[in-house]
Amino acid sequence: MGFKKYLAKRAITMFGVLMATLLITIALVGSNMDAILKQSVALEIRQQVTNNKSLVSSFKTPDQLDTYVQNQIKQRVVALGLDQPWYTPQRLGLAMYKILTLDFGHAKFLTSDTGSSDVKDIILERLPNTILLFTTATAIVSLLGILLGAIAASKVNSKIDKITSGFAIVSSSFPVWWVGLIMIFLFAFVYPVFPARATPTIPMTDPGYAVSLLYHMTLPLITLVLIGFGSWAYLVRNFLVGVLQEDFVMAKRAVGIDKKKILYRHALKNAAPPIVTVLALSLSGSLGGAIITEAVFDWPGMGRLYYEAISVLDLPVIIGATYVLTAFFLVSIFLADILYGYFDPRIRRQ
Amino acid sequence: MSFSTKEIWKEFSSNSIGLVGIGILVVLFCMSIAAFIAIPTETFKEWNDPASWLTYPKSALPVWVNYFLSDKIPEHMILKPQESYQHSGNVSVVTDVFTVDYEYDSFPSDFVYQYSVKYTGAPLVQLSVTRPDGLSSILMSTSLPYSYNETMFSGMLFSTDDSMKKNLENNISFLFPVTAIPSQNLVFSDHDQNKALKGPYVFKAKIYEINGNITPDQSTFVLGGKAYGLMGTDELRRDLAVGILWGTPLALFIGITVSIGSVMLGLVYGVFAGFKGKTTDEALMRFNDIIYAMPALPLLIILAVTIGNSIFLIVGFLVIFGWVGIAKVSRSMAMQIKTLQYIEASKLMGQKDFKIIFKHVLPQLLPYTFASIAISVPAAITTEAGLSFLGLGDPTFPTWGQILHDASVYGAAERGLWWWILPPGIMIAITGLAFVFIGHAMDTIVNPKLRR
Repeated sequence: MGFKKYLAKRAITMFGVLMATLLITIALVGSNMDAILKQSVALEIRQQVTNNKSLVSSFKTPDQLDTYVQNQIKQRVVALGLDQPWYTPQRLGLAMYKILTLDFGHAKFLTSDTGSSDVKDIILERLPNTILLFTTATAIVSLLGILLGAIAASKVNSKIDKITSGFAIVSSSFPVWWVGLIMIFLFAFVYPVFPARATPTIPMTDPGYAVSLLYHMTLPLITLVLIGFGSWAYLVRNFLVGVLQEDFVMAKRAVGIDKKKILYRHALKNAAPPIVTVLALSLSGSLGGAIITEAVFDWPGMGRLYYEAISVLDLPVIIGATYVLTAFFLVSIFLADILYGYFDPRIRRQ
Repeated sequence: MSFSTKEIWKEFSSNSIGLVGIGILVVLFCMSIAAFIAIPTETFKEWNDPASWLTYPKSALPVWVNYFLSDKIPEHMILKPQESYQHSGNVSVVTDVFTVDYEYDSFPSDFVYQYSVKYTGAPLVQLSVTRPDGLSSILMSTSLPYSYNETMFSGMLFSTDDSMKKNLENNISFLFPVTAIPSQNLVFSDHDQNKALKGPYVFKAKIYEINGNITPDQSTFVLGGKAYGLMGTDELRRDLAVGILWGTPLALFIGITVSIGSVMLGLVYGVFAGFKGKTTDEALMRFNDIIYAMPALPLLIILAVTIGNSIFLIVGFLVIFGWVGIAKVSRSMAMQIKTLQYIEASKLMGQKDFKIIFKHVLPQLLPYTFASIAISVPAAITTEAGLSFLGLGDPTFPTWGQILHDASVYGAAERGLWWWILPPGIMIAITGLAFVFIGHAMDTIVNPKLRR
């Protein structure tokens, strides 16, 4: 199996996951969605009829008017295909196709900062913030984790090794969002250095917006790093300890290659594939943590959008956000797969 | 690969981390039992009913902070009366006496006398105080509506009532201007300067009735303070100790059921796939891959919103996403066991596949199973807490996540109400750690590679 075939297989699985997630989402919210759509159709037509004075006066009794309105609603419902349940293949196919082409429709309650109610606009406004926060956090966490893990692995059973392992176990027992609350308590209440709410107060058009955004990002970033780097370090350390016991390392040491060089150049590269796999799989967990963390800090990203959409049950936004979050998450898993192939030549050259 | 129980225990007891885990778990179980015994189920059902917490203080600190403070803050007290009943001639008098030993440096936030009484006629209720300096004053008096038939009446006398302040001004000569000072600050004040006067206070409530009848029902005196109980109270006046204590059995229940459920499911699924092999294995594993890569929390949220958020449903949802990892590992283990000769022998003897799986393969995996059950408990607890934190938990059960949700809604972190946010999170972490420790210790027994 060549690397290309491997990637193709993974890509197909990923697409399957995306479709399955979408299908489940639609299946879960479908019936509610239909009820909401029907309501809004009825409301729209009632309004149209009552606004049309000459039409209203042409009816003699209120009953006549009522039957007319009912007929109109029925016609519109049929025209929109709402008379069939959401699980008929045509409607399901249409819904999937629409979502695949990023046509999420209009939000019921939420709007973007510019006032648009198009779900795509709302998501595009929030997505960069999430990417900014989480790529920065992941970069810092991985750097710190690899460095600390390598140091711990090179001095097994030393003080620094024990502290790292202990910190990793303890820090991963606390929920990220709870640590977020504590951070707000410490740095927004006891020592008011950072704002408690992470949404910048100045408008987006202001030249100082970027600076303000970064300032507001500090507290969530510190929280994510604090909770994240321990388990990275622990993981890197465990795999490295295994690699360092292998014969090729002994051989290199016997030749007299510098210890540090062996650790960072050779051992780390050999330990990389399993590390990458485990971390890619742990992304799902951190994605969940991200949603709640954004809600805690009020960070204007996808997670908070999701939270807001749930609290008002804005279904189009929930579906759109689930789709984008899933896609985002799968792309990062896919990137991890490519990385895996890069680190593990056995997969590339078979 | 097989172990006897005795061997496992011998190995386990030499692992200090595992013993710490067991120790914590025992404490948590004791707390759960204490919750069942000490706190009546009614209290726990009334958790979300604001009416049942009316006599409690709002956002009160835990009492023990007074040990660390030089200026003692007043404790919230709910006092029961020493009741006496006198009857002379046609006058009957019910006297409720409340004694408070006031040893704090600031004033209480308020006080309320709550009473209910059964009477005929029109009784008079009078509340008075005797202070540690010997001064005393009538605080308030009120007469109850006339009733010819015997009726039940419940009432309250509040310290915020205007007449109380007038009575105080008339009876005690304060040497400072009293205009802007609320009456509870006068009752508990030195008479020459507005500072808290320490010592025993006696509040006397008398109910007089001439000609008629009175039977007192019950009465309490609530001295509003800023500290209450072992863990304080929240913004909704709920006693956090009740919530924390009741959260323990709930967290253990959720964690243990979810992990047992998902480990069993994953084990059977994985062993079946590994044992069958070929197309069955391929199909089952592709399905496994799909579930594995699904973003759990967004889907859990949608499930909770659309299907329901009862605690049992949430346990079910968590199992749906919990079994996949275990299926993968147990599949590879089953593939190894499959090649062993005794399995082949039983196959040749015509044993059915299911029988082989349940009789010969699964028992081999049991030690690994226990380790993975212990290891997957913390994730279940944190995920449930996360869902509750988003406000999607079962509202009828006060879980730790829900306490934190309320804390976040009322901005506890920004307002510095640390006693509201610290304990639930620490409890979540401690419970998780106990299982991590146990799982870790079992892992070293099950995987001899990790020993050393």
